[in-house]
Amino acid sequence: MNAILPAILFWLFAWALNAWLVRRTPASKTWDRVIRLVVPVLFGVSLLVLWEGFVRGFAVPAVLLPPPSMIWTRLISSLPTLWADFRQTFLKSVLTGYIAGCGLGFLVAIAIDRSPFLQKGLLPLGNFVSALPVVGIAPIMVMWLGFDWPSKVAVVVIMTFFPMLVNTVTGLASASSMEKDLMQTYAASWFQTLVKLRLPAAWPFIFNALKINSTLALIGAIVAEFFGTPIVGMGFRISTEVGRMNVDMVWAEIAVAALAGSVFYGVVALVERVVTFWHPSVRGGRA
Amino acid sequence: MTAREKILPVLTILAALLALWYAAAVFLNAPFERDTAARAGTTITFSEILPRTMAQARPVLPAPHQVLAELWDTTINKPVTSKRSLVYHAWITLSATLVGFGLGTLLGITLAVGTVHNRAMDRSLMPWIIASQTIPILAIAPMIIVVLNAIGISGLLPKALISTYLSFFPIAVGMVKGLRSPEQIQLDLMRTYNASSSQLFWKLRWPASMPYLFTSLKVAVAIALVGAIVGELPTGAVAGLGARLLAGSYYGQTVQIWSALFMAAGLAAVLVLIVGAAHSAVLRRMGARP
Amino acid sequence: MGTAFAMPQMIPDAASPSTRSVVSARDLGLTFKTDDGPVTALTGVNLDVRKGDFVSFIGPSGCGKTTFLRVIADLEKPTSGTITVNGTTPQDARKNRSYGYVFQAAALYPWRTIEENIALPLEIMGYGAADRQARIERTLALVNLSGFGKKFPWQLSGGMQQRASIARALAFDADLLLMDEPFGALDEIVRDHLNEQLLELWARTEKTICFVTHSIPEAVYLSTRIVVMSPRPGRITDVIESTLPRERPLDIRETPEFLEIASRVRDGLRAGHSYDE
Repeated sequence: MNAILPAILFWLFAWALNAWLVRRTPASKTWDRVIRLVVPVLFGVSLLVLWEGFVRGFAVPAVLLPPPSMIWTRLISSLPTLWADFRQTFLKSVLTGYIAGCGLGFLVAIAIDRSPFLQKGLLPLGNFVSALPVVGIAPIMVMWLGFDWPSKVAVVVIMTFFPMLVNTVTGLASASSMEKDLMQTYAASWFQTLVKLRLPAAWPFIFNALKINSTLALIGAIVAEFFGTPIVGMGFRISTEVGRMNVDMVWAEIAVAALAGSVFYGVVALVERVVTFWHPSVRGGRA
Repeated sequence: MTAREKILPVLTILAALLALWYAAAVFLNAPFERDTAARAGTTITFSEILPRTMAQARPVLPAPHQVLAELWDTTINKPVTSKRSLVYHAWITLSATLVGFGLGTLLGITLAVGTVHNRAMDRSLMPWIIASQTIPILAIAPMIIVVLNAIGISGLLPKALISTYLSFFPIAVGMVKGLRSPEQIQLDLMRTYNASSSQLFWKLRWPASMPYLFTSLKVAVAIALVGAIVGELPTGAVAGLGARLLAGSYYGQTVQIWSALFMAAGLAAVLVLIVGAAHSAVLRRMGARP
Repeated sequence: MGTAFAMPQMIPDAASPSTRSVVSARDLGLTFKTDDGPVTALTGVNLDVRKGDFVSFIGPSGCGKTTFLRVIADLEKPTSGTITVNGTTPQDARKNRSYGYVFQAAALYPWRTIEENIALPLEIMGYGAADRQARIERTLALVNLSGFGKKFPWQLSGGMQQRASIARALAFDADLLLMDEPFGALDEIVRDHLNEQLLELWARTEKTICFVTHSIPEAVYLSTRIVVMSPRPGRITDVIESTLPRERPLDIRETPEFLEIASRVRDGLRAGHSYDE
C-alpha cells in the first residue's frame, strides 16, 4: 500500500501545478510555449507515476498489468528483437504500402480529374469503402501473397488508397469559383490551372489524407500480421507474446509501435506545415 | 433526374467492378483446373475451364454469385440460433459494436465537455488524446482480450472495450470543436443576458455542436465495428464475424471469408446509414436546410 | 426578346460600332436555368463602350451588371443577341488575353508572394523571366506597392491586397480592364483613396475600363459614362454621359455639377426599381 499514497500525492501535485500553470499569462512568447509543452508532459509523467504506484501498491500481478519500470527494462533488454520487428513491419510493410497506396490514390484522382462521370461514380464508392472494415481483407491477402511482407503491403495499399483518392478529388475541387474564373480570364490550359491553382489549393486535403493514412497503414500492417507472418514483425510479436503471457514484452512492442506511429505522424505533420505554410490553420491567422 | 445523374455513374462503376471480378476469378482459379487436368493426364480447353472456375469449392477468388449464394444460404436457410448462421455471427459482432459505440459516445462527450470547461484538462489531456490516435491502438486489442480473459472477463465486454477505445476519440475531438464553434458575437449575446454557464451550455454550445457530433458519430460507429471484428481475432473466438474470417483463413474457406466480409460491409453501411438518418432528422428539427 | 423595354437613348452613334467600340452589345440577353425555372439575368442590352471610356455599371443587386461584365469576359455565354469585344467574339478576345479582370475579392493565391501573384498571368502567357521581373516592378509602382513584392497576401491589408490584384490585371498590358465591384468590401476612406489612384492610373495608361459598382458617388466620380441598370429582368434603363472634366480632385464631389449627375443616377435607379417589394 505504501506506494499508492505518494503516487496519488504526486498526481494531485502535478494537477495543481498544471491548473496553476494554465492560468499564467506570460509576457514572453517563449514562456508561453514552454508552459504549453510542460503541461501535457507533466500530466503524462504523473499518469505514469500513478500507474507505477497503483501496480506496486496493490501488488497487481505483472501478467495483468506490468508497471512502467518493468516495461522499460524489458524494452532496453530486447532492443535487437524490437528492431527486427520494427524493420519487418514498419520499414518493409508500412512504408512501402503507404507510399504505393497514397501514390496510387493521388494518380487515380488526377487521372479521373477530367471525367466528371468517373468522379461521380468513384467518389461515393470511395467514401463508402472508407467506412468499411477494410482490414478484413487481410486473411485473403495473406492467402494470395504469402506470409511475408508483400501481403501486408497489399493490405496497406488497399487501406490507404481510398482516403487518398477521396481527399485528392475533393481537394482538386476546392479552389473557389473566383480563382477558377481568374484562370479562365487568362485562357489558361487545363494543365496550367492544375499546376498553378488546383494542386496548391488541394495540398491541405492531400495532407489530411496523408495523416489519416499514416495511422491506417500501421494498423493495417499489424492486424494483417495477426493472420500469419514469418516469425518476425510487430503484430506477430504481440500476438505470440500475449499467448505466452509475456505482457511486459507486449507493452514494450506497443511502446515501439506508439513511438513509430507518433514520429511517422509528426513527420507528415511537419512536412505539411512547410508545404501549406500559407493555410490559415497553419499560420494561425484569419483567412 | 438528379437522382439518376447520381446513381448512374455509381452503377456503371459497380458493373465494371463486377465484370473485373469475374475476369479475375477466371484468371486466378484457372491454374487449379489446369493442374487438376494435368494430374489426371488429360488436357482441358478454355471453354471447359471457364464454368469450372466459377464453381470451385475452395477457389482462390470466389465468383460473386458464389459469395451471394453462400450469404443467402447462411442467412436465410439456417436458423438464426445456429452456429452456422451468419446472422448469428453478425449479431455477436454487432452487439459488441453497439455496446462499445454507446460507451465510446458517452466517454467522448464527457471528455469534450470537461475539456471545454476546464483549462487544465484541455491543456494536459487534449495533447494526449490526439497523440493516442497516432498510435496503432488496434495493436493492444489482443492484450486487452487476453488479459481480461485471464481475470475472468470474457465474451462481449472485452470486444466492446476495444470498440469504446477506438470510437471515443473522433467523438471527443469533434465535440470539442462543436462546443467551441459558437462565434464570439453569439457568446457575447449570451453574456449580455447574464446567462448562467449551464444556460450557455444548453442553449448555445450544445445545439451548436450537434452537426459536429453526428459527423463524428458516423466515423465512430464505423471504427467501432472494426474494433469489434479485430477484437475477435486473437482469442480464437468461436463466434462473430472476426472469428469467421479467422476460421476461414485457417481452413482455406475463401467463400466463407468473402461472405463474412460482405456481411461486415453491409453492417457498416447500415450503421452509418442509421447515424446519417438520425443526423438529418436532428438537423431538420433544428431548422437546418435539408 | 424584350427589345420593347430598351430605352431610346441607347441607340449609339451607328457609324461603325465594331471598329470604334471596344465592347459592342446588340440586343443581348441571358437566361439562367435554375431549379425554380428560368431566370432572365439580362434582356435587350444594347451598348457600345468606346476606346478610352471609363464606363460604370450601377444598379441594385440582381440587375445583371456583374453578369454583363462576365459576358464580356466570356465567363458567361449569352443566350440571345450578339456581342463583340475588340471586334471579335468574347471567346477570341479571352484567348487573345485582351482584357484584365479584377474581382470583388482580391483572389490572390495565398501560397504565392505578391510578386509571384503578379507573375501568375505572365507565367501562363509565357513571358520570359527578365520581362516578368520588369513588368512586376512597373505594375507594383503603378499601384504604389513597390517594396511589398516579397510579402504574402495575408500579410497585407484588404486595400493593399486589392491594389495587388489590380496590378496583376495590369501586368500583361491588356487595353481593357473589367472591374467587378473591386472596392466593395473596403471601408470608405480606403475606397476614396483607391478611387483617386484608379483615376490617376486610367489617365496615365489610357485604358478602357468597365467598372461595376453599387455606389452612386463612386460611379459619378470615376466615370465618363454611367450605365444605370435595373432588375427583374436585368436591363439597361439609362445611360448618362458625364459632363465632369477628366481631371477630378476628390473635392469635385461637392460641386453642384457632380451632385446634379448623382441625382440623375439616383432618379434612374428609382425609376427602374420599386423598393417597396
